[in-house]
Amino acid sequence: MHIELTALPGVKAVLRNRWWQFVLTLTTLAVFILAIVSGSVGTPVGSRNFAIVFVWILWWALLILLAVPFLGRAWCSICPIPAPGEWAQRGAILKPPVSNRARPLRRWAARWRNIWLQNAMFLLVALFSIVILTQPAVTSLVLLALLLLAIGVSLVYERRTFCRYLCPVGGFIGLYAQLSPLELRVKDTSICATHAEKLCYTGSAQGYGCPWMVFPAALKVNTNCGLCMECLRTCSLDNIAVNIRPIGDDLQRIGIGRMDEAYKAFIMLGSALVYVFVLLGPWGWLKRLAYSVGTLPWLGYALGFLLVLLVALPGLFALAVWLGNHLAKARGSLRRSFVTYAYSLIPLSLSAWIAFTLAFVFANLSYVWGVISDPLGVGWNLLGTADWGWQPYLTSLTPYLVSLVLMIGLVWSANHVAYLARQQLSPARALRQALPVIGYCLVYTLTLMGVLIL
Amino acid sequence: MRLERSEALARWLFILVLVGVPAGLFFATWQARQRGILVQAAMPENGGWSPEVLEAQVGVPLHIRLTSLDVLHGFAVGGIDAPHVEIEPGKISETTLVFHQPGRYVFYCTRWCGPNHWRMRGVIEVWGDSNPMPEVKPLYLQLGLDIDAVHRTEIVPIVTPSAAHGAALAAKLTIPEKYMLKETYLTHSPEQMWRSIRGESWAASLSAQDVWDLVAFMFFIQTSAQNLEQGEALYAANCAACHGERGDGRGDMSAYFAGGDRADADDAEHPLGHEATPPSNFTDREHMLAASPALLQGKIVRGGMGTGMPYWGPIFTDEQIWAIVAYLYTFQFDYGGLINE
Repeated sequence: MHIELTALPGVKAVLRNRWWQFVLTLTTLAVFILAIVSGSVGTPVGSRNFAIVFVWILWWALLILLAVPFLGRAWCSICPIPAPGEWAQRGAILKPPVSNRARPLRRWAARWRNIWLQNAMFLLVALFSIVILTQPAVTSLVLLALLLLAIGVSLVYERRTFCRYLCPVGGFIGLYAQLSPLELRVKDTSICATHAEKLCYTGSAQGYGCPWMVFPAALKVNTNCGLCMECLRTCSLDNIAVNIRPIGDDLQRIGIGRMDEAYKAFIMLGSALVYVFVLLGPWGWLKRLAYSVGTLPWLGYALGFLLVLLVALPGLFALAVWLGNHLAKARGSLRRSFVTYAYSLIPLSLSAWIAFTLAFVFANLSYVWGVISDPLGVGWNLLGTADWGWQPYLTSLTPYLVSLVLMIGLVWSANHVAYLARQQLSPARALRQALPVIGYCLVYTLTLMGVLIL
Repeated sequence: MRLERSEALARWLFILVLVGVPAGLFFATWQARQRGILVQAAMPENGGWSPEVLEAQVGVPLHIRLTSLDVLHGFAVGGIDAPHVEIEPGKISETTLVFHQPGRYVFYCTRWCGPNHWRMRGVIEVWGDSNPMPEVKPLYLQLGLDIDAVHRTEIVPIVTPSAAHGAALAAKLTIPEKYMLKETYLTHSPEQMWRSIRGESWAASLSAQDVWDLVAFMFFIQTSAQNLEQGEALYAANCAACHGERGDGRGDMSAYFAGGDRADADDAEHPLGHEATPPSNFTDREHMLAASPALLQGKIVRGGMGTGMPYWGPIFTDEQIWAIVAYLYTFQFDYGGLINE
C-alpha cells in the first residue's frame, strides 16, 4: 500500500519550492562551519567541544535513529558538504538553469561508477575513527577535507559525483534508504517512455537534471535517489510522486544485487561490531590499541579491523550460503547467492548501528547542553546551560531498547532470508537453504547483545 | 525579476554564513581572551601549565581564566590567602588575584591529576615598589640541621603513648617550665625529650612508658584541635597520595616508588624517576620518634632532594607547615581524651 504525499494539498508546492531546502541547507552549513572552527580553535576536550558533541553525538544520533530509518536519503537533500560545490558548479543557488553551461563537466570514469570507492572512503575514516571521534582538531580536519573534496570534485565532474561515488556517509545512507518508508518514484513509467525530452534528466527552466545521475523512470530502489526534488520541479507531465510505502519495500526486489553494495552491508555489519567491542566493551587495551594511530600495534589493529570487515564476516557468510545451497541441493552460482542473501543483512546491520548508537547516545546526550551554551569553550553561557553537568539518560531502559532493536533486526533479516529462499525453492528446501544464513545472523546478534548488555 | 532577487538574497545569505560564522567566532574567541590571561592546565606528561610563568603588578588585579585540557585540576597560589579554584575539563573558571608584595609566587595544582601531579607548578612574578616578601630562614636552617642524615632511635615505647595519661601524670608532678616551651618542642625529637625527662630526678619513679606518655602530652599542648584539623586537611590533600591516609607510606602513588608494584612503569608515566625511595612511614616508631618538628619542617620546606619528596616551601605558609608537622605526630601519639577538651 502506497500513500502519495504529493497528492495531498500543498505538499507538492512546498516540495517544489527551493527556499525551504536552501534555508535548511544553509542552516546545516552554518553548523558545519561552526563545527570546523570550534574543532580547530576550541577546547581540545571532546566532551566540551561543539565539533565532537554536535557531530558525533547529536548529528549522528539524529541521522541513524531518525533520518535514515524513516526518511532514507532525506539528509542528503540538506547536507552541507556538497552544497557549496554544487552552487559553484551551477553558478547559482536558487536560480534554475537558463541555458546549458558553457563548460561541460567530466563524467566519472565508468569503472568507478559503483560504491567501491565509497566503501574505501568509509573504511579510511573508520580506521581512524577513535581518534576522529575524540579529538576535535582531527574532526575539524576531516570535515574540512570532505568539504574541500566535495567542492573540488563538483568543479571538475558533473552533478553530484562526490555524493554518488565518494562520500563515505552517502554509501551507507543509500544502503539503508532501501528500508525507508519514504520513496520518490514516477507515477507511470509508460508516460516517461513516450516522453522525448526527459527533462527530469536533462533539466529545464524549472530545475536541474537529476543531480544524482538517475533517470527517475528507471528508479527501482531508493539507493541512489537523493530526494533533492529536482525531478519534481522539472517533470512537465506531473509524473513524479513522493510516497509513503511499507518499510523495506526495496528489499523485495530480487536480482538487482551488486557486489559493491553487498560488501557495503558487510562493512557496516563489521564496523558496528568492532565499534561495540572497542568503544563500549570493557577492554581498555583494545581502546588504547585503536587510539595509538601510527604505531606498530595500531597497524595490527588496522589489519585486524580490515580482516574482520572484508574477510572474516563475508567469508563466514559465504560459508553459510554455501552450506545452505549444499543442504538444499540448490543450483546456481555461489557468488549470485552470496550477493542476493547479503541484502538480507541490511536490516540486521542497521539494527546493529541503532543499538550501538542507543548504547552511547543516552549516556552522552547531556554534553549537548553545556556545548550549546559555550560552543567554543571560551566561558560563555549563552543559554544558561553551560554548567549543566554530565547526566546519563534512560540508563535503566537502554539495555531493553538495545535488545528490542537487535531482535527486530534479527527477525527482519531472518524473515527476509526465508522469503528469498522461498522465492527460489520448495518450502522444505527453502528452510534448509535459509537456516545456516539465519544462524549467521543469530550468532552476530547474540555476540553484539552480549557485549552491549552484559 | 523575482527570481533574480531571490538568487541575490540567497547569495548574500550564503556569504553571510561563509564569512560571518567563522569571523564571528574568531572575534568572539579573541574578545573572550581579552577578559584575562588564559591559563591551560594539563597533566604534566601532557605539558603541565601553559603558560608556566605569569607576571603581575603589586596592587593591580590579575584576572586569570583557567581551563583544563584533560582531567580535573585545581589552581592555588602558595603564600597568599586566595581560595582554590576547580578547573574542569573544557570549562572556563575565573579568578582574580591581587598581590600586595612583590616577589615570586608559586601556583600549583591542588588535585591529584596523575602520577606526576606534584610537578604541576608555575610562577607568578610580581613587580612593584613596595617591600618584597621578607625572607625568613626556616628553623631547620637556623639550627643547622642535616635533614638528609638518617634518624632512627632504638628507644621506643611498647604501646602508643597516651597524651591523656601523660596529662594525668603531669598534674601530679612539678614539671620544669622548659618542657612546656614552644622552643623545646620545635627543636627536640620525642626521643630527645624522653631522654631528657628520663634523666630528671623528679621523673625517677616513672616507668619508661609513663615518660613516653608525658612526651605525648608535651607535644599535645603545643598544638590545638583547630591546628590538627588544618594539618589533617592539608595532609589529606597533599601528602596522603604517597604517604597514605594512615601515614604508613602506602598511598596510591607509593606503587611507583622503589619496591612498589608500578616501580617499573614507563618513564613517561613515572613520576619521580626509578630511583625514588619509598615514602616515609610515619607509623614507624624508630623513625618518627627520632625526628624533631624542626627536622620535619625542613623536609617539607626543602623536599627530599632526589628521594621523590616534593618541596613545599613556596607553597605552604609557616602556619600550614607547623600544622602538618603537628598532625604527623598523631601517627605516634594518642591524643584521645584530650582532643575535644
